[in-house]
Amino acid sequence: MADPLTPGIVAGRLSQDEVAANFADLHQPLDPHEASVAADRCYFCYDAPCVTACPTAIDIPLFIRQIATGQPEAAGKTIMDQNILGGMCARVCPTEDLCEGACVREAAEGKPVEIGRLQRHATDSLMARQGHPFRRDASTGKRVAVVGAGPAGLACAHRLAIRGHDVVLYDAKDKLGGLNEFGIAAYKSTGDFAAREVEWLCQIGGIERRPGAALGVNLTLEELRSEYDAVFLGVGLGGVNDLDAEGAGREGVMDAVGFIAALRQADDLTKLPVGRNVVVIGGGMTAVDVAVQSKLLGAENVTIAYRRGKDRMGASEYEQNLATSKGVRIIFNAQPVAVHGNGAAAEIELEYTADDGTGLRGTGETLRLPADQVFKAIGQVLTFQGLELDGRKICVSGAGRTSLDGVWAGGDCTPGDDLTVVAVAEGRDAAEDIHARLMAVASEPAGAVIGEDARA
Amino acid sequence: MADLTTDFLGITSPNPFWLASAPPTDKEYNVRRAFEAGWGGVVWKTLGAEGPPVVNVNGPRYGVIHGADRRVLGINNIELITDRPLEVNLEEMARVKADWPDRALIASIMVPCEEEAWKAILPRVMETGADGIELNFGCPHGMAERGMGSAVGQVPEYIEMVTRWCKQYYDRPVIVKLTPNITDIRKPALAAKNGGADAVSLINTINSITSVNLDTMSPEPTIDGKGTHGGYCGPAVKPIAMNMVAEIARDPETAGLPISGIGGITTWRDAAEFMSLGAGNVQVCTAAMTYGFRIVEEMQAGLSAWMDEKGYSRVSEVVGRAVPNVTDWQYLNLNYVTKARIDQEACIKCGRCFAACEDTSHQAIAMSPDRTFTVKDDECVACNLCVDVCPVEDCITMEELQAGSVDPRTGLTVQKEPANWTTHPNNPGAVAAE
Repeated sequence: MADPLTPGIVAGRLSQDEVAANFADLHQPLDPHEASVAADRCYFCYDAPCVTACPTAIDIPLFIRQIATGQPEAAGKTIMDQNILGGMCARVCPTEDLCEGACVREAAEGKPVEIGRLQRHATDSLMARQGHPFRRDASTGKRVAVVGAGPAGLACAHRLAIRGHDVVLYDAKDKLGGLNEFGIAAYKSTGDFAAREVEWLCQIGGIERRPGAALGVNLTLEELRSEYDAVFLGVGLGGVNDLDAEGAGREGVMDAVGFIAALRQADDLTKLPVGRNVVVIGGGMTAVDVAVQSKLLGAENVTIAYRRGKDRMGASEYEQNLATSKGVRIIFNAQPVAVHGNGAAAEIELEYTADDGTGLRGTGETLRLPADQVFKAIGQVLTFQGLELDGRKICVSGAGRTSLDGVWAGGDCTPGDDLTVVAVAEGRDAAEDIHARLMAVASEPAGAVIGEDARA
Repeated sequence: MADLTTDFLGITSPNPFWLASAPPTDKEYNVRRAFEAGWGGVVWKTLGAEGPPVVNVNGPRYGVIHGADRRVLGINNIELITDRPLEVNLEEMARVKADWPDRALIASIMVPCEEEAWKAILPRVMETGADGIELNFGCPHGMAERGMGSAVGQVPEYIEMVTRWCKQYYDRPVIVKLTPNITDIRKPALAAKNGGADAVSLINTINSITSVNLDTMSPEPTIDGKGTHGGYCGPAVKPIAMNMVAEIARDPETAGLPISGIGGITTWRDAAEFMSLGAGNVQVCTAAMTYGFRIVEEMQAGLSAWMDEKGYSRVSEVVGRAVPNVTDWQYLNLNYVTKARIDQEACIKCGRCFAACEDTSHQAIAMSPDRTFTVKDDECVACNLCVDVCPVEDCITMEELQAGSVDPRTGLTVQKEPANWTTHPNNPGAVAAE
C-alpha cells in the first residue's frame, strides 16, 4: 500500500474512504429550508445586474422568487428556458466573476446572494421530477448536424430539437458531454451528473446520438454540408500546447486535460496513479483542477507554477483560494526551464520572470523543485482545419456564423471566454439563428427564451 | 441608572413589563419562572366561574405567520380561558403572591354577564391577595359564542354594567381589557371609564385566519379538517394596537384613563413606543411564547439604557410623551415640503426605489445607463416609498425644503408659516385664515 510519501507515480496513496471524502460534492446541496433562507436575501433588483452578468441571461430574480414562494421546479424551468445546462452551470460557473460578482449584496456587504447554489437547488428539483419540462414544435422536416456534444453542441441540439428540427449529434468520444464529462473537476460534478444531464436533455426527442464520430477521422465537413440542411460545430479545442522546456519529453511529463479525463472516467480513484511531488505548469482553471485533484488523490506536494502575477491568473480568486486551502502551493512569476531526471522526471527547474511592459522575460534566477510528475496546463488549441480563423479559433460573425455558408460554430472553438455558460449561450443562439435561416423567419434576438409554447 | 419601578393604579412593580393573561401565566410553575426571570408582574390566565372547567381542543391551538427563516411574525390561537379548576388557580395565586410581594399579580376574570356570577367570584379573588383584576372582554373565540369575552367587549353598555358590578363588589383596581374587534375603540374605553374602571388594557387578539392549507382546503390551525377564526397577536398587530392606545390617550373623553399597553411588544423599544403613546405599563405574551421568559432581561436593560441616554429618570416621564404629537390629518402642516435624497456613496444600485416609484408612484426617480438613481424634484411628492423599500438604511432620506425656496413640482414658494387643511382654499369648509 502506497502513501503520500511513496516516491514516483503510484496509485493508492490514500484509502478508499479518504478518497471518497476528498471527492465528495464541493458544495453540499441546499435543503428546502436553507434554500428559502438564501432566497430571501435576494432584493429582486430592477433590471438586475446579475442577469446582465449572466452570459445566458437567466432571469435570476424571478427564479429566486419562485424558490422563495415554494416552487423550486418552476424556478428550474425559468432557468432552463434560458440555459438548458443550468444544472451543470450551477456547479461549475465561476459565479464570483459572473452573477454573484454583480450581486448588489456583494457591493453592499461582500456577501452575495448564493445564486449558484440556489440555481442548483432549482435545477436539481426540476430534474428529479419525472419527464422533461419542454416539448417539441411540429416537425419541420429539416435536418441539422451538430458536431461535438459538449456544452455548446448540447445546448444547440436541444434548442434545435425544440424548434422542430431533427438533430444528429456527433461526438469524437464514445461518451457524450464534452468537457462536462471529461474536463470538469470531479468534486464539481458528482454522481455522474454530466451523463445524467445528457440523458435528461435528450428526453426532448429528435436528437439522434452518434458517438465515436470525429471530424477529420471518420467524418468530413463536406459530407455533413451535403447531407444536412445546416451544420453546427462545437468541437472544442482538441489539442494541447507543448511545453517549451528542456526535458519536456521525459516520462512523467503529461497533459493535464488527459489526466483529468482519465480521472473522470476512473471507476476506482485509488487505482489512479499520481506523483508524490506534482508540479503543474499553467494558471487557468485546468491548472487548478489538476493540482487540487492530485492533492486529493494523495500527492504529498503539489505546486502550481504560473509565469505571470496573481492578477493575471486565469483561474478566479475563488479557485486560487480553493487550491491553497487544499494545500496546493502557487508560485507566481515563474516559468519552466528544464525538466531534469535520470530518464523519468525527478526535478523541475523554474526561472523567475518579470515584465517591464515590453514583454515577459526570465530574470536569470532559478529554483528547482522535486517533480516526479509534471502537468502541462498551458492551454488547448484548435485541431480542426478548413474554416477561416480569428487568431487561433474559428472566425464567426453574428450568432456563430462561420465563413462557410450553412455552417455555424460555438463554444471553445470560437473566440470568447472558454466557459461552459458561454458555450451554452453560443450554442443556443446559433440554434435560433439556424432555425431562422432554415424557416426563413426573423431571427430571435440573442438570449431568447424557449417560450411558453414549448413548455410541456 | 433610570428607575424602572412602575406605579400603575397604585400597584407597584419593579419594572413596567408584565406578562399578559395567556398560556404563559396559566399556572404557578410558569409564573414562578417568570418572576425568577425578572418580570415585573403577571396577569394570571383568565379564571372562569366555578363548576366544570372549560375544555380545549385536543389538536393544534396555534396558527402562525412566518417571515424568512421561520421568524415568528404573528400567532393566532383558539385556546380558551384556563381549563383548570378555579380552586386550584386561586390557591396557586395566593401562594405565588405571598412569595413575591414586590411583583404585580392581577387576576383576569371572565364569567357570565350576570351580576350573581361576578358577585360570587370577586370575594374569592380578593382572598388570594391579588393586586387587582382584569376583566377579559376581549377573547374573540369560543367564549364569545357563550356570551362572554368579546361578546361583552363589543357592547359598550355591557362593559359599563359589568365594570360597575366589579367596582361594587371588589375594592382593588379594576382593569378592563378591550377587544380590537370593533369599529371605534374609544366607545368601549369610555364605557369602561363610565362604569368606574381604574384602567383599560388593550388590545386583546384580533379575529383572524392565519393561513389556509391548500391541500386539505382548511384554515390553520386545522382540527380534523376544520378550522375556526382565532385571535391574532405578535409583532404583526403592534401598529394596530398602538393606534388604539393613542386614540384613547388623546380623546378628551378618555384622556387620562390609565392604559396597560398590549400588542406585539417584543423589545424595549416596542415598550417605549407604547408608553410614549400613553400606556402606563405594558403586557407581553407572544414574544415570551416565542423566545421564553429571558427576553425580559433585554427589555429591562434596553429601556434603562435608553432612558439614561435621553435623561429620563422614571418610567412615568416617558408615559404619554408622544400623545400631543398624535393629531388628525387635517391639522398636518401642508407647508412642510420634503424631497427624497439618494446618497450615491451608500447606494448599492439595486433599483428598488426606481421600480417602486416608476411602477407604483410618481415617476420621480431617474435611472441612468450606469445604474445611477437620482430624484426628479419636479415630480417627487415626498411619499417616502423609496425610503421604505431601499434595503440600505439611511441611503435615501427626506430633505426639508427651506422656507423661501421654490418647490419645483408645484412652482410654489415654500412658506415659513404652517398651514393645514382647515384653512386650505380647496376645503369647502375652510375657515378664513386669521
